[in-house]
Amino acid sequence: MTTTQENFDSKAYLDMELLRFTTAGSVDDGKSTLIGRLLYDSKSIFEDQIEAIESASEKRGEEYVNLALLTDGLRAEREQGITIDVAYRYFSTPKRKFIIADTPGHIQYTRNMVTGASTANLAIILVDARKGIIEQTFRHSYIASLLQIPHIVVCVNKMDLVDWDEATFDKIVSDYKAFASKLDIKDVTFIPISALTGDNVVERSKNMTWYNGSTLLYLLENIHIGSDLNHIDARLPVQYVIRPMKNEYHDYRGYAGRVAGGVFRVGDIVKALPSGFTSKIKAIKTMDGDLDEAFTPQSVTLLLEDEIDISRGDMIVRENNVPQTGQELDVMLCWMNEKPMPLRGKYILRHTSKECKTIITEIKYVLDTNTLTRVEGQTELKLNEIGRVSIKTTVPLFFDSYRKNRQTGSIILVDEATNETVAAGMIV
Amino acid sequence: MALDYHLNHLRELESESIYVLREVAAQFENPCILFSGGKDSIVVTHLAMKAFYPANIPFTLLHVDTGHNFQEALDFRDQLVEKNGLKLIVASVQEAIDKGLVREEKGYNASRNALQTVPLLEAIEKNKFDCAIGGARRDEEKARAKERFFSHRDEFGQWDPKNQRPELWNIFNGRKHIGEHFRVFPISNWTEMDVWQYIYQEQIEMPNLYFSHKRMVFERDGVWYSDNPYMQKKPNEVAEEKVVRFRTIGDISCTGAVFSEASTLEDIIQEVAASRTTERGTRADDKRSEAAMEDRKKAGYF
Repeated sequence: MTTTQENFDSKAYLDMELLRFTTAGSVDDGKSTLIGRLLYDSKSIFEDQIEAIESASEKRGEEYVNLALLTDGLRAEREQGITIDVAYRYFSTPKRKFIIADTPGHIQYTRNMVTGASTANLAIILVDARKGIIEQTFRHSYIASLLQIPHIVVCVNKMDLVDWDEATFDKIVSDYKAFASKLDIKDVTFIPISALTGDNVVERSKNMTWYNGSTLLYLLENIHIGSDLNHIDARLPVQYVIRPMKNEYHDYRGYAGRVAGGVFRVGDIVKALPSGFTSKIKAIKTMDGDLDEAFTPQSVTLLLEDEIDISRGDMIVRENNVPQTGQELDVMLCWMNEKPMPLRGKYILRHTSKECKTIITEIKYVLDTNTLTRVEGQTELKLNEIGRVSIKTTVPLFFDSYRKNRQTGSIILVDEATNETVAAGMIV
Repeated sequence: MALDYHLNHLRELESESIYVLREVAAQFENPCILFSGGKDSIVVTHLAMKAFYPANIPFTLLHVDTGHNFQEALDFRDQLVEKNGLKLIVASVQEAIDKGLVREEKGYNASRNALQTVPLLEAIEKNKFDCAIGGARRDEEKARAKERFFSHRDEFGQWDPKNQRPELWNIFNGRKHIGEHFRVFPISNWTEMDVWQYIYQEQIEMPNLYFSHKRMVFERDGVWYSDNPYMQKKPNEVAEEKVVRFRTIGDISCTGAVFSEASTLEDIIQEVAASRTTERGTRADDKRSEAAMEDRKKAGYF
C-alpha cells in the first residue's frame, strides 16, 4: 500500500452519523438472509468469516453456505440451529454507520425484541409476501410502537415467490395500515424485497418496475434521524460527582452525567431535584476544553455557581421546565423472568441514575399482544407478558412520560434475591 | 434550531463509553481496567481519563503478563503509567506456572494465551476487584457479539451466555452477590475502524508495533509470527526480514503480523477500510475451534 496521506479525506472517515436499528420477523421470514444480504452487499463480511462459515457448513454436511452461521454466535445456537439471544452487528457504508440489534424470531421473543428495540432508531419488520399480515406482525408492530421506535420499515419479503406481484404488495400495505392506525407509529415505510435475490435490498429491483420508492439500504442511509431525540426538555441525571482532590481544584465539584434531553447552556438557571435549589451553570467541562452548551446525548460535567447538595440519582433541569415528580405511577411493564410477578411484589427499581424500592400496587390489565385486547383481573404477570401496572416507590422519582423522553421515561426492575433484571417499564 | 444538534458517530460512541465508565465508578467499590498494552485497552484508558477529568481515574490498571510479551508493548505500558500517574498491578502467568497453578502447554503451538485466565481470576480475588473493565468489542468475534456492556461473572469467574441479564436503554444493572464480579466493556459498540478513527481524531499515542516496521518473522500455518525466544521453530521454518505491522497485540506466540507499509494513522485507516479479513484473522488463539473464544470466555477469560 502506498502512502496516500495527501488524499486522506478525514471528513469522510470521521464525520458520519450512527443509525441503530432492530430487525423483527417470525421464523423463516428470511431475517438471517436479509442481514446476510445487507452485510454481504455492503462488503462488511470478511474473507476469514466467509471461510469460517464455509468450513462450518461443510462439517455440518450442508450443501450451501449457511449465512445464519454468521449471526449465530454461541455453540448451543449453532447446534440447535436457533438464535437464543440478541446479537449486535456492525456495518457501514460511505454514508452511515449501522448497529443492528439482531433479535431471535421465537424463543424469548418479547424479552429479546424489547431489549433490541430499547436503543433503536428504526425497526425493520419482515412480512412474508405469501402469508401477508399474521399474528406475529401485530406483535412486532405493537412492541415497536410501545418502545417508541421512531421509524418503522415494513419489508415485504419473498416477492420472488409471488411473481413480483404488485397487487399482493398493495394488499399487504393496506392491511397493515388498517391495523397500524390503532398503534402509536409515527413513520412507516413499505418496501417490496427479496432478501434471497437481493431485489430492492441494496440494488434496485429489475423485476418490480412498478415500485418507485427507495431500496432498503438507501432508506437506511438517508432517513432523517436528527429529530429522534428530545432536544426540548433539558434533563441531566447526575451519575457521579467529580471531586479531584488536587490543590489546584480545591473547591471543584463537577456533576457528571449524560444529557438525557434538551440543551444546557452556560448561564442557564437550573434547578436540582429533589432539593429544589436553584443555581446558574458556571461552566460545562470536558477534557477537550469548556463548552458553551451541552445537548443530548453528550456526556459532560456541569459546574454550578453555588454550592448546593447534589449527588448521584439527583437530576439537574431548567428552572422553568421541570419533569413530573411522584411516588405513584403507571407503567407499561414487560416481564422478562421465568418467575412471574405477583401483585404486591416488591422489587428494586432503577430509573436513570436513581435506585429505590418499589411495590406493585395494581395490575390494571395484561395485554394479549396478538389481538391487542386487554385482559383484566389478572393477579400476576408472566414471562414475556406485557401489562399496565401501578407502582409505588419508596422515594419520589423525577420522570417524563416515555412518549416524551425514552431516557427519563424508562425503568427496569431487579429481583432483590437473585439480582436479575426481571422487567422493563415504560412510564405512561 | 434544535435540529442542528447532532453528534457524529465517534462523538456518540465516545459519549456512550464515558457514560458506561462513570456507571462503573458509581456502581462498584473497586474496579480495575484490564490493560494489555493493545490499542483497545489504551483507548479505554484514554476514555477513562476523559470521563473523570480533571480528577485522576478511579481505576487501577491490571496487566496479565504472560511472560511472552512484545517488549515494545511493556515499554509503552510503563511510559503510559508513568506519564499519567496511573496505578498498575501485574499478574504473572510465569508465577502461576511456578506455583503449579497452571501447566505450560507443550509442543510447537504451545501458547500461554489460555493460561491467562487463572492468574487473572487470582488477581481479581486477591485485590478484591469487583469489576474488571475490558476493551473487548462485539464486532471482534461472534461469541463477543452476544456480550452485554455489564457482564455478570459468578464466584468462579464464569460467564453463562445462555442466562444473561437483559440490558435495556442505558440502564445498567451491576448488582451482585459477594464473591461475584462483573466484566464491563465500554467500547462494546465500536468497530476496529471506529477505534482507529478515534485514535486519529484524538491523536492518541500508540505502540510502534501497530505501524509498519522491519522485523524478523517466520510463517506457520499461514500466520507470520515474530521471531522470538518463546517459540520453537520447526526445521523447515526460517525467519526472514519483512516489512510488517500488527493489527492486534496479544501474546507474542499467538499474534500474527501483516505485511504492510502503513506507517501513519491515516495509512492504517485506509488499510483497515480496504481490508478483506478481520483483525482476529491473525490470531491463532481463535483458530483452535469454532467456539474457541466462547469456551475461554465461559471459563473466565477476557
